[in-house]
Amino acid sequence: MTTMDAQSSESKQQPYWKKYTHQPHWRSKEQEFDAAKIGMWLFLVTEVLLFSGLFCAYAVFRLLYPDAFANGSHYLDWRWGTLNTVILLFSSYTVATSIHNAQMNQQIRLRINLAITMLCAIAFIAIKFTLEYIPKWSVGKRPGSWFSYPWASEPHEPIWWSIYYSATGIHATHVLIGVGLLGWLLIRSFKGHFGPKHYTAVEIVGLYWHIVDLIWIFLFPLLYLIH
Amino acid sequence: MATIDTHTSATVEHDHHDEGSYLKPKGSMLITLIDWLSTIDHKKIGVMYLFAVFFMFFLGGVAALAVRIELLEPIRQAADGTITGSNLASLFGLKDYSVAQSGNLYNRFMTLHGAIMVFMFIVPGIPASLGNFFLPLMIGAKDVAFPRLNLLSWYIYLFGSMFGVIAIILGGVDTGWTFYTPYSTTTDADHLNVVLMVLAAFILGFSSIFTGLNFVVTVHKLRAPGMGWFDMPLFVWAIYSTAIIQVLATPVIGITLLLLVFERTFNVGIFDPAMGGDPVLFQHFFWFYSHPVVYVMILPAMGIISETLTIYSRKKIFGYHAIAFSSLAIAAISFLVWGHHLFTSEGTLTATIFSALTFLVAIPTAVKVFNWVATLYKGSIVLNTPMLYTMMFLFTFLIGGLTGLPLGALSTDLHLHDSYYVVAHFHYTMFGGMVVAFLAGIHHWWPKMFGKEYSQLGSKIGFFLVFIGFNVTFFTQFFLGTQGMPRRYASYLSEFQPLHQISTIGSFVLAMGFFVHLFVFIQSLAVGKKAKPNYCGGLTLEWETSSPPIEHNFHHEPMLRHGPYEFADVVPPQCEPGEYPMPDPVENNDH
Repeated sequence: MTTMDAQSSESKQQPYWKKYTHQPHWRSKEQEFDAAKIGMWLFLVTEVLLFSGLFCAYAVFRLLYPDAFANGSHYLDWRWGTLNTVILLFSSYTVATSIHNAQMNQQIRLRINLAITMLCAIAFIAIKFTLEYIPKWSVGKRPGSWFSYPWASEPHEPIWWSIYYSATGIHATHVLIGVGLLGWLLIRSFKGHFGPKHYTAVEIVGLYWHIVDLIWIFLFPLLYLIH
Repeated sequence: MATIDTHTSATVEHDHHDEGSYLKPKGSMLITLIDWLSTIDHKKIGVMYLFAVFFMFFLGGVAALAVRIELLEPIRQAADGTITGSNLASLFGLKDYSVAQSGNLYNRFMTLHGAIMVFMFIVPGIPASLGNFFLPLMIGAKDVAFPRLNLLSWYIYLFGSMFGVIAIILGGVDTGWTFYTPYSTTTDADHLNVVLMVLAAFILGFSSIFTGLNFVVTVHKLRAPGMGWFDMPLFVWAIYSTAIIQVLATPVIGITLLLLVFERTFNVGIFDPAMGGDPVLFQHFFWFYSHPVVYVMILPAMGIISETLTIYSRKKIFGYHAIAFSSLAIAAISFLVWGHHLFTSEGTLTATIFSALTFLVAIPTAVKVFNWVATLYKGSIVLNTPMLYTMMFLFTFLIGGLTGLPLGALSTDLHLHDSYYVVAHFHYTMFGGMVVAFLAGIHHWWPKMFGKEYSQLGSKIGFFLVFIGFNVTFFTQFFLGTQGMPRRYASYLSEFQPLHQISTIGSFVLAMGFFVHLFVFIQSLAVGKKAKPNYCGGLTLEWETSSPPIEHNFHHEPMLRHGPYEFADVVPPQCEPGEYPMPDPVENNDH
């Protein structure tokens, strides 16, 4: 399978990843690749810090209104949360595999894994919206002053929903951006842009995707599994 | 004495000898314009940033003058629509201006001044313009690590500034640049201005993050062969420390401002006490970014001073390692002092701890100042415009730094907080620090950037106007503050009037100084003499290329052969031996 991929691509013209030369201000391709990785890691640091503000707000309000948080959390269905967690974890595996595929020049597997990752991301968003956001919103479990759920037992429940929608909403935005990035990778993978000597984009989007996953790993227990 | 002639012994790998200046037009006006707007050359992006931040500085400065005019009289005078009212209102298209809202107009100009100066001028100012231009040159690189990201961050900057300007045209924002809740969530409830202004700051944050990220990677990966960490010029150290703060602090303001937007648009209530939210939480979030960002403003300035001070006193910098590490120390401590902006809303213990941490910042800062003064000792000092500004920096920044200590001490802060003393203090650090150093840097590097010399006489006249104007404007405000004049007010007791009037006169002298500088720069671009490649005898790598630099920066791949400040041992590149004094080597250094 692997060798067939490699042979068929070689028998035609040279693939992009073989022709690729680094930008002129770099001394070598390796240096350019390393720099891209450092840059992405720094960007991930900023992502963590962005969410740390939300976690901080979560901690403050949970300390102030523990009952509202416990109560609010019970309105979330842990089964959908778990399903989404599994989906994201699996997509992290497939994106990691796709990097390996690129390194090994397994072009078809690369495309399959990227496509699966992208589908997982879309599934996550679909579950989030159709099974969580929309049903909750329609019964009045809304953030802040829009809150109109008639059977609320705690006065500060609107704050809980504010935190919930802000945190998961910003996370969902990141997932959507991820869908875009994975789609971009997928199109490029069909053009044969990635291979053993050039897979920078796959690598750094993979890193991004892992952080999106990781943030969810923290959000899930904090939102769904508290008492 | 070992003298090394650098420009004959360079290796010949990539020869760019026949290449022209980066400023050379690519064709017709339109093609040249498109070339500039789509360039990924760090030099052009630096120049574009320079003009963008100059423009914003002009806008913010006009707003400041409007504020100062209003403060000429103790009673709100815009009420009769004479001075501040109609003219400036129509200038900025404040459509809902009316007599009843004149106090509002003052608030808006004050906010305009603060928000523009902080988010669109001081923060991006030095790193994005001079940093972009000189960081790669000084480390011997052909470009920054991610040139396209660099261009993107310029467009994001423009886009964010546009949001800010739209907010102004729609009627302005009156929250003060800090956007404190609940004020920012309740004012102008039916308008989008606050949301737009906050979004502007949010977007500008991205630009800042991308620039910072780019510089960190550039310094790590693109230094010339032979350049170790401690061979880097101190300007590079300063920009590097700044970039780290930008990357680490900006995301926090990002989420804060985003939550504020949610608060305004979706009423989420996180900062609203009526719903159980906490407005002080906003202040904590805000200052967790905005205090470190104070050092984003001042560290690059300190970097410029470290360069100009050594070059124009022809002496090796005193305590290179101490200065480099104090930059990092300031960057680290800056994250632990945000609480000193909230002394009055904190418990005693918390406030005491933050007070102690605040005093800690004074140590690395003083380390720098002492090292600079020691560098001057027995130097051959050239008093040209950049050096005059460097001297001014030492003078005004010292005042700014020392007047900060009474604000960091809890007992005196109780009397001084929210008064004009605070205004004077931070203008002495921001203007007396960042702007003055920026002016030093621009005058130092102007001929290198544009290949044209400027009039020394003209720029010195500008300097004296700025020096006098600045001190008259802001030194009076120390007195106003200690006498009890609160900040931010449009009306005041008539006993403060004389000092306010002196301050306003000073601000106009200051503005005149800037117009002289503007004129000198325009004259330089139009009819300036061609600058020599190394017109100040500098030893860092940017002096090895022509003025202005060629498209690919260097004629040969640069190779580091000496430290950045070894004036005693090295004939500067592209200079004749004896053109610059070679002092006796001084045994003061840690190399």
